Amino acid sequence: MPETFVFYAFSAMAIIASTLVIGQRNPMYSVLLLIASFGALSALYIQLDAPFVAVAQIIIYAGAIMVLFLFVVMLLNAPREDAAEWDRSHPLQHPNIGRFGALLAALLVVQLAWALAKVSELETPVGARADGASVGSVLEMGRILFTRHTFAFEATSVLILVAMVGAVVLARREGSNQ
Amino acid sequence: MEIYLRPAVIGVMIFVVFNALIIASAILVLAERKIMGFMQQRYGPYLVGPHGVLQPIADILKLLFKEELRPKGADKWLFTLAPILSIVTAFVAFAAVPFGAETTLFGLLDEPIKLGVADVNVAVLVVFAVTSMGVYGIVLAGWASNSKYSLFGGLRASAQMISYELAYATSLAAVIMLAGTLSLREVVDSQAGTWFGFIPRWYLFLQPIGFIIYVIAGVAETNRAPFDFPEAEQELVAGYNTEYSSVRFALFPQAEYINMVTMSAVATDLYLGGWHGPFLPAAYGWIWFLLKVGFILFVYIWMRWTVPRYRYDQLMQFGWKWLFPASVLNLIVTAALVLYLNA
Repeated sequence: MPETFVFYAFSAMAIIASTLVIGQRNPMYSVLLLIASFGALSALYIQLDAPFVAVAQIIIYAGAIMVLFLFVVMLLNAPREDAAEWDRSHPLQHPNIGRFGALLAALLVVQLAWALAKVSELETPVGARADGASVGSVLEMGRILFTRHTFAFEATSVLILVAMVGAVVLARREGSNQ
Repeated sequence: MEIYLRPAVIGVMIFVVFNALIIASAILVLAERKIMGFMQQRYGPYLVGPHGVLQPIADILKLLFKEELRPKGADKWLFTLAPILSIVTAFVAFAAVPFGAETTLFGLLDEPIKLGVADVNVAVLVVFAVTSMGVYGIVLAGWASNSKYSLFGGLRASAQMISYELAYATSLAAVIMLAGTLSLREVVDSQAGTWFGFIPRWYLFLQPIGFIIYVIAGVAETNRAPFDFPEAEQELVAGYNTEYSSVRFALFPQAEYINMVTMSAVATDLYLGGWHGPFLPAAYGWIWFLLKVGFILFVYIWMRWTVPRYRYDQLMQFGWKWLFPASVLNLIVTAALVLYLNA
């Protein structure tokens, strides 16, 4: 089964790349590995017969957001993080933070297990539908977005607008009238 | 999916397109220098072969035999990866571009094949996604070289790409609305026929502003003059590729030329009716396609040697304050008209 092989290959790539993202000392490499992980995820979407989601993943995350990440890393010329220089008094070094993180991780595992149990109960695979229209069809997606999820959609756009205005206000220097 | 079917046809198609793109970039190198020479009232390359037509081959051979240098402070891995990334995304982007109608190659094949590597139903977005990944090659080249000029080139490239991608995508969206499909092949086929018997049904006539925005943003996306800020030789030596030499260097301009071809091919498919045209029978539609792509490429070169480079702040102002609002306005008007006329 070539499909199964492709699935495992890209899954492994996504997991390894994501793990390496947090293991890197050089922020530049972290950004690039994150892009690789997004690419692998997008391949998995294609396998689920959702090409639109796959392409949107590449355009939005890999093509736009990560370019900005890269821009910021380059602009600030962020240095390598060395273990020796890591400040012991940093708030993230507090033991309670570690415990909180472990709790969150355990919660995530439980959530994943629950979701996977749910998926196996579904009768048809995600991509295949009786009417032949795949879940990833742009038409279908647009219809659902503007009917059933109108409120969530509009609320998200307002949220993004607020964030944007906030960023502009914060970025403006105090006292400059320009 | 259809992608898994008929691997032999796909294989031949990949071979043909791959080599066609390489040859096209060689022809463009020559055309650029010849047209530049003509515009500046001189001959251009004239010594290698008749009228200098073998000049690109001489150029490539020269670059192949040059010593490959890498600055001491450069990042070993990313310095090597950057040109590869550039050229790979340039080639891959063309995979989703159709360039001819269904054909049996004059009865050679039992069943018709579609001219194009992969017939994807979201082709417009695939091309856009892959070309938007091309910026990483330039940005990484700039960062990995560990040189101030390269770094500035890379920074400029990322800012410029992000800014002009918006206008580019918005002008695409207007055409998609008119055609009602994301498949490039269906967009082309919806432009078949004529209005009143003599005006071809090209989206160019429905979207004149969209076409102009697309071409301008396309020039900026491929980093061509007057938007060649990542290179800007008068300010940045050679910009992002300052530290590159030999084959690694050659890959950057080649990627740029291939991106130009892709950009022109997509413009032809979206606005100029692709392979549809008068006089020629449908089986020869690819000749129309080549002619239209060739014309847009000529305009590209023409523009480069006519218009001087902008200033960097002008680039940003133009992109954000003029081009992007214009494309959004174009999109809204198109959407309103499509709704009104379909109701």
